[in-house]
Amino acid sequence: MELLNPDQWVDNYADYLYNYTIVRVNDHIVAQDLISETFLAGLKSKKNFKGEASERTWLISILKRKIIDYYRKINSKKGKAEVHIAYRDEDSEGDWLEENAADPFDKTAEDTMENKELGLAILECLDKLPQKQATIFKKKTIENFDTEAICKEYNITPSNLWVIIHRARKTLAECLEKNWFN
Amino acid sequence: MKFFLKCDEAVHVCDKSQYNEASFFEKLKFKMHILICALCRGHAKRNTKLTETIKAANLKTLLPEEKEVLKTRLQQEANNGSES
Repeated sequence: MELLNPDQWVDNYADYLYNYTIVRVNDHIVAQDLISETFLAGLKSKKNFKGEASERTWLISILKRKIIDYYRKINSKKGKAEVHIAYRDEDSEGDWLEENAADPFDKTAEDTMENKELGLAILECLDKLPQKQATIFKKKTIENFDTEAICKEYNITPSNLWVIIHRARKTLAECLEKNWFN
Repeated sequence: MKFFLKCDEAVHVCDKSQYNEASFFEKLKFKMHILICALCRGHAKRNTKLTETIKAANLKTLLPEEKEVLKTRLQQEANNGSES
Protein backbone atom coordinates (compact mmCIF):
# COMPACT_ATOMS: atom_id res chain seq x y z
CA MET A 1 0.00 0.00 0.00
CA GLU A 2 1.20 3.48 -0.81
CA LEU A 3 1.71 5.30 2.47
CA LEU A 4 2.58 8.68 1.04
CA ASN A 5 0.83 10.84 -1.53
CA PRO A 6 3.43 13.22 -2.93
CA ASP A 7 0.87 14.57 -5.41
CA GLN A 8 -1.08 15.98 -2.51
CA TRP A 9 1.86 17.33 -0.53
CA VAL A 10 1.78 20.86 -1.86
CA ASP A 11 -1.97 21.26 -1.39
CA ASN A 12 -1.98 19.62 2.01
CA TYR A 13 1.19 20.79 3.67
CA ALA A 14 2.77 23.73 1.82
CA ASP A 15 1.01 26.34 3.94
CA TYR A 16 1.78 24.52 7.17
CA LEU A 17 5.44 24.08 6.31
CA TYR A 18 5.62 27.69 5.16
CA ASN A 19 4.27 29.04 8.44
CA TYR A 20 6.63 26.76 10.32
CA THR A 21 9.61 27.96 8.28
CA ILE A 22 8.94 31.68 7.93
CA VAL A 23 9.12 32.27 11.69
CA ARG A 24 12.45 30.48 11.82
CA VAL A 25 14.25 31.94 8.83
CA ASN A 26 12.27 35.14 8.31
CA ASP A 27 12.87 35.26 4.56
CA HIS A 28 10.20 34.48 2.02
CA ILE A 29 12.53 33.20 -0.70
CA VAL A 30 14.65 31.09 1.64
CA ALA A 31 11.50 29.63 3.17
CA GLN A 32 10.23 28.59 -0.25
CA ASP A 33 13.56 26.99 -1.14
CA LEU A 34 13.63 25.06 2.12
CA ILE A 35 10.12 23.78 1.56
CA SER A 36 10.96 22.75 -1.97
CA GLU A 37 14.07 20.92 -0.75
CA THR A 38 12.03 19.25 1.96
CA PHE A 39 9.54 17.89 -0.53
CA LEU A 40 12.31 16.65 -2.81
CA ALA A 41 14.16 15.02 0.08
CA GLY A 42 10.89 13.46 1.17
CA LEU A 43 10.40 12.03 -2.28
CA LYS A 44 13.89 10.54 -2.28
CA SER A 45 13.58 8.90 1.09
CA LYS A 46 10.00 7.83 0.53
CA LYS A 47 10.80 4.22 1.27
CA ASN A 48 12.12 5.13 4.72
CA PHE A 49 8.68 6.28 5.75
CA LYS A 50 7.19 3.61 7.92
CA GLY A 51 3.86 5.21 8.58
CA GLU A 52 4.51 5.49 12.30
CA ALA A 53 4.08 9.25 12.26
CA SER A 54 1.68 11.27 10.19
CA GLU A 55 2.84 12.46 6.81
CA ARG A 56 3.01 16.01 8.12
CA THR A 57 5.12 15.15 11.17
CA TRP A 58 7.49 13.23 8.93
CA LEU A 59 7.84 16.17 6.52
CA ILE A 60 8.38 18.55 9.45
CA SER A 61 11.21 16.35 10.72
CA ILE A 62 12.90 16.64 7.33
CA LEU A 63 12.26 20.37 7.24
CA LYS A 64 13.82 20.82 10.69
CA ARG A 65 17.06 19.32 9.42
CA LYS A 66 16.95 21.55 6.35
CA ILE A 67 16.55 24.63 8.55
CA ILE A 68 19.49 23.55 10.74
CA ASP A 69 21.60 22.98 7.62
CA TYR A 70 20.64 26.41 6.37
CA TYR A 71 21.87 28.04 9.59
CA ARG A 72 25.08 26.00 9.56
CA LYS A 73 25.75 27.24 6.06
CA ILE A 74 25.24 30.93 6.82
CA ASN A 75 27.14 30.61 10.09
CA SER A 76 30.19 29.24 8.35
CA LYS A 77 30.25 32.39 6.24
CA LYS A 78 29.98 34.60 9.29
CA GLY A 79 33.70 34.73 10.15
CA LYS A 80 34.38 36.48 6.90
CA ALA A 81 32.09 39.34 7.67
CA GLU A 82 33.13 42.55 9.38
CA VAL A 83 30.90 44.04 12.00
CA HIS A 84 30.22 47.74 11.93
CA ILE A 85 28.27 49.33 14.70
CA ALA A 86 26.14 52.26 13.70
CA TYR A 87 25.56 54.47 16.68
CA ARG A 88 22.34 56.37 16.66
CA ASP A 89 23.99 59.74 17.24
CA GLU A 90 27.38 61.18 18.10
CA ASP A 91 26.69 61.41 21.83
CA SER A 92 26.13 57.71 22.16
CA GLU A 93 29.37 56.83 20.39
CA GLY A 94 31.50 54.60 22.59
CA ASP A 95 28.59 53.57 24.83
CA TRP A 96 28.30 49.97 25.89
CA LEU A 97 26.92 47.90 23.05
CA GLU A 98 24.58 46.17 25.45
CA GLU A 99 22.75 49.45 25.90
CA ASN A 100 22.00 49.46 22.23
CA ALA A 101 20.71 45.90 22.12
CA ALA A 102 17.07 45.01 22.25
CA ASP A 103 15.46 45.13 25.68
CA PRO A 104 15.22 41.53 26.93
CA PHE A 105 12.14 42.43 28.93
CA ASP A 106 10.39 43.64 25.86
CA LYS A 107 7.72 41.01 25.55
CA THR A 108 7.07 41.26 21.85
CA ALA A 109 9.52 38.53 20.85
CA GLU A 110 7.86 36.06 23.16
CA ASP A 111 4.44 37.19 22.05
CA THR A 112 5.28 36.62 18.42
CA MET A 113 6.67 33.20 19.22
CA GLU A 114 3.40 32.25 20.83
CA ASN A 115 1.52 33.56 17.83
CA LYS A 116 3.57 31.35 15.55
CA GLU A 117 2.59 28.30 17.52
CA LEU A 118 -0.98 29.53 17.37
CA GLY A 119 -0.84 29.71 13.60
CA LEU A 120 0.24 26.08 13.42
CA ALA A 121 -2.47 25.07 15.88
CA ILE A 122 -5.07 26.71 13.64
CA LEU A 123 -3.73 24.95 10.55
CA GLU A 124 -3.74 21.62 12.41
CA CYS A 125 -7.38 22.19 13.38
CA LEU A 126 -8.21 22.99 9.77
CA ASP A 127 -6.96 19.51 8.86
CA LYS A 128 -9.99 18.11 10.61
CA LEU A 129 -12.30 19.76 8.11
CA PRO A 130 -13.28 18.23 4.79
CA GLN A 131 -10.78 19.38 2.15
CA LYS A 132 -13.15 21.65 0.24
CA GLN A 133 -14.46 23.29 3.41
CA ALA A 134 -10.92 23.95 4.60
CA THR A 135 -9.81 25.41 1.27
CA ILE A 136 -12.79 27.73 1.02
CA PHE A 137 -12.44 28.79 4.64
CA LYS A 138 -8.75 29.58 4.14
CA LYS A 139 -9.46 31.56 0.99
CA LYS A 140 -12.11 33.59 2.73
CA THR A 141 -10.49 34.08 6.12
CA ILE A 142 -6.75 34.04 5.58
CA GLU A 143 -6.36 35.18 2.02
CA ASN A 144 -9.33 37.57 2.27
CA PHE A 145 -10.94 36.67 -1.02
CA ASP A 146 -14.27 38.28 -1.92
CA THR A 147 -17.38 36.23 -1.40
CA GLU A 148 -18.18 36.75 -5.05
CA ALA A 149 -14.79 35.55 -6.28
CA ILE A 150 -14.97 32.34 -4.24
CA CYS A 151 -18.54 31.64 -5.35
CA LYS A 152 -17.47 31.99 -8.94
CA GLU A 153 -14.43 29.76 -8.56
CA TYR A 154 -16.32 26.94 -6.88
CA ASN A 155 -19.60 27.53 -8.65
CA ILE A 156 -21.61 27.89 -5.45
CA THR A 157 -24.17 30.43 -4.22
CA PRO A 158 -23.38 32.93 -1.47
CA SER A 159 -25.67 31.08 0.90
CA ASN A 160 -23.77 27.83 0.18
CA LEU A 161 -20.59 29.72 0.98
CA TRP A 162 -21.90 31.04 4.28
CA VAL A 163 -23.04 27.58 5.33
CA ILE A 164 -19.54 26.25 4.61
CA ILE A 165 -17.95 29.15 6.49
CA HIS A 166 -20.28 28.67 9.43
CA ARG A 167 -19.52 24.95 9.72
CA ALA A 168 -15.81 25.55 9.39
CA ARG A 169 -15.85 28.23 12.07
CA LYS A 170 -17.81 25.98 14.39
CA THR A 171 -15.41 23.07 14.05
CA LEU A 172 -12.40 25.35 14.28
CA ALA A 173 -13.67 27.08 17.43
CA GLU A 174 -14.31 23.76 19.15
CA CYS A 175 -10.93 22.39 18.14
CA LEU A 176 -9.05 25.47 19.30
CA GLU A 177 -10.92 25.55 22.58
CA LYS A 178 -9.75 22.01 23.19
CA ASN A 179 -6.18 22.26 21.89
CA TRP A 180 -5.16 25.85 22.35
CA PHE A 181 -7.10 27.68 25.02
CA ASN A 182 -6.72 24.88 27.52
CA MET B 1 -38.39 44.64 6.17
CA LYS B 2 -38.76 43.13 9.55
CA PHE B 3 -37.04 44.27 12.68
CA PHE B 4 -36.68 41.06 14.59
CA LEU B 5 -34.29 38.36 13.52
CA LYS B 6 -34.68 34.71 14.28
CA CYS B 7 -31.69 32.99 15.84
CA ASP B 8 -30.51 31.35 12.62
CA GLU B 9 -30.70 34.70 10.83
CA ALA B 10 -28.82 36.37 13.66
CA VAL B 11 -26.10 33.73 13.46
CA HIS B 12 -25.80 34.38 9.73
CA VAL B 13 -25.41 38.14 10.26
CA CYS B 14 -22.88 37.39 12.98
CA ASP B 15 -20.80 35.33 10.54
CA LYS B 16 -21.03 38.02 7.88
CA SER B 17 -19.96 40.75 10.26
CA GLN B 18 -16.81 38.74 11.08
CA TYR B 19 -15.81 39.55 7.52
CA ASN B 20 -17.21 43.09 7.56
CA GLU B 21 -19.88 42.08 5.12
CA ALA B 22 -22.97 42.85 7.16
CA SER B 23 -24.86 46.03 6.29
CA PHE B 24 -25.52 48.73 8.84
CA PHE B 25 -29.16 47.75 9.09
CA GLU B 26 -28.30 44.08 9.54
CA LYS B 27 -25.90 44.93 12.33
CA LEU B 28 -28.55 47.05 14.02
CA LYS B 29 -31.06 44.21 13.90
CA PHE B 30 -28.38 41.87 15.18
CA LYS B 31 -27.61 44.17 18.13
CA MET B 32 -31.29 44.18 19.00
CA HIS B 33 -31.44 40.41 18.78
CA ILE B 34 -28.55 39.79 21.13
CA LEU B 35 -30.03 42.22 23.63
CA ILE B 36 -32.81 39.75 24.21
CA CYS B 37 -31.13 36.45 23.27
CA ALA B 38 -28.43 35.20 25.63
CA LEU B 39 -27.66 32.18 23.46
CA CYS B 40 -26.79 34.27 20.42
CA ARG B 41 -24.92 36.72 22.65
CA GLY B 42 -22.68 33.90 23.82
CA HIS B 43 -22.23 32.65 20.29
CA ALA B 44 -21.32 36.12 19.05
CA LYS B 45 -18.70 36.47 21.76
CA ARG B 46 -17.07 33.15 20.82
CA ASN B 47 -17.29 33.94 17.13
CA THR B 48 -15.59 37.30 17.58
CA LYS B 49 -12.92 35.70 19.72
CA LEU B 50 -12.23 33.23 16.91
CA THR B 51 -11.83 36.10 14.45
CA GLU B 52 -9.39 37.83 16.79
CA THR B 53 -7.47 34.62 17.37
CA ILE B 54 -7.05 34.01 13.65
CA LYS B 55 -5.94 37.60 13.19
CA ALA B 56 -3.42 37.31 16.02
CA ALA B 57 -1.93 34.20 14.42
CA ASN B 58 -1.02 36.28 11.38
CA LEU B 59 -1.14 33.24 9.14
CA LYS B 60 0.54 33.33 5.78
CA THR B 61 -0.19 31.29 2.73
CA LEU B 62 1.85 30.75 -0.37
CA LEU B 63 0.50 32.28 -3.55
CA PRO B 64 -1.14 29.86 -6.00
CA GLU B 65 1.70 30.53 -8.48
CA GLU B 66 4.28 29.67 -5.85
CA LYS B 67 2.47 26.44 -5.11
CA GLU B 68 2.42 25.64 -8.82
CA VAL B 69 6.19 26.05 -8.93
CA LEU B 70 6.59 23.66 -6.01
CA LYS B 71 4.26 21.16 -7.65
CA THR B 72 6.09 21.28 -10.95
CA ARG B 73 9.46 20.73 -9.30
CA LEU B 74 8.12 17.85 -7.26
CA GLN B 75 6.50 16.33 -10.31
CA GLN B 76 9.70 16.60 -12.35
CA GLU B 77 11.69 14.97 -9.60
CA ALA B 78 9.14 12.18 -9.28
CA ASN B 79 9.34 11.47 -13.01
CA ASN B 80 13.14 11.48 -13.00
CA GLY B 81 13.17 9.11 -10.07
CA SER B 82 10.91 6.59 -11.74
CA GLU B 83 12.97 6.57 -14.94
CA SER B 84 16.32 5.94 -13.34
